[in-house]
Amino acid sequence: MSVRVQSEPFDMGAEVAAFSDTTAGAGAVVTFSGLVRDEGGMMQTMEIEHYPGMTEKALTAIESEANARWGLTGTLIIHRYGTLSPGEQIMMVATAARHRADAFAAAAFLMDYLKSRAPFWKKETGAKGTTWVDAKDEDEAALDRWSDQREGRGPES
Amino acid sequence: MIEVLYFAWLRERIGERSEQIETQATTVADLVEELRGRSEAHALAFSDMASVRVALDQELTGMDAPLSGVREVAFFPPMTGG
Repeated sequence: MSVRVQSEPFDMGAEVAAFSDTTAGAGAVVTFSGLVRDEGGMMQTMEIEHYPGMTEKALTAIESEANARWGLTGTLIIHRYGTLSPGEQIMMVATAARHRADAFAAAAFLMDYLKSRAPFWKKETGAKGTTWVDAKDEDEAALDRWSDQREGRGPES
Repeated sequence: MIEVLYFAWLRERIGERSEQIETQATTVADLVEELRGRSEAHALAFSDMASVRVALDQELTGMDAPLSGVREVAFFPPMTGG
């Protein structure tokens, strides 16, 4: 289990290679990365603020919950803060499990929780000025699908 | 004495990252009521509580949570990670 909160960019390929090397017993690795959208050229910068201390705690708690549910052989969460440009990587998660269903479900779970339960806030500057990104109702609703299936493999699809 | 932290637009509206507050408030809601009285900026920041979340000692909680023994209170908008 590993959580990193950093301003520096990361090399996704190198991270995934290192992660795969250290996750003994895995038969599946799932990765996800989130990028700054360019919104058709309208986006100039994205500033990401966070709550040092709580951020690491919240991410570690989310990671522990994923491990408890799916018995993963490894997890990695990297999330950046600071000023980012369109196309840059904001964050990544990697999950490793014996089988792919668990790795996929755990990655989706981590992303759903990270969206609305990790203390990050995004501020976008574009052609129309600077605005804080509003939380989306659907992101909050996405958490509901995990609430009554502690032993489950993931949402129905 | 507790430390009150503000993030994102709450920080911008209030114009401070943190404040040391001497308070007798027993719940978060009581503290918010007290903070509203500190300045117009505070009153504005806390005018729409549906858009405000709170953490006590870095744990997300609700506005009715008790403050006893708490050292750090943080107010912020709904989170937008990922």
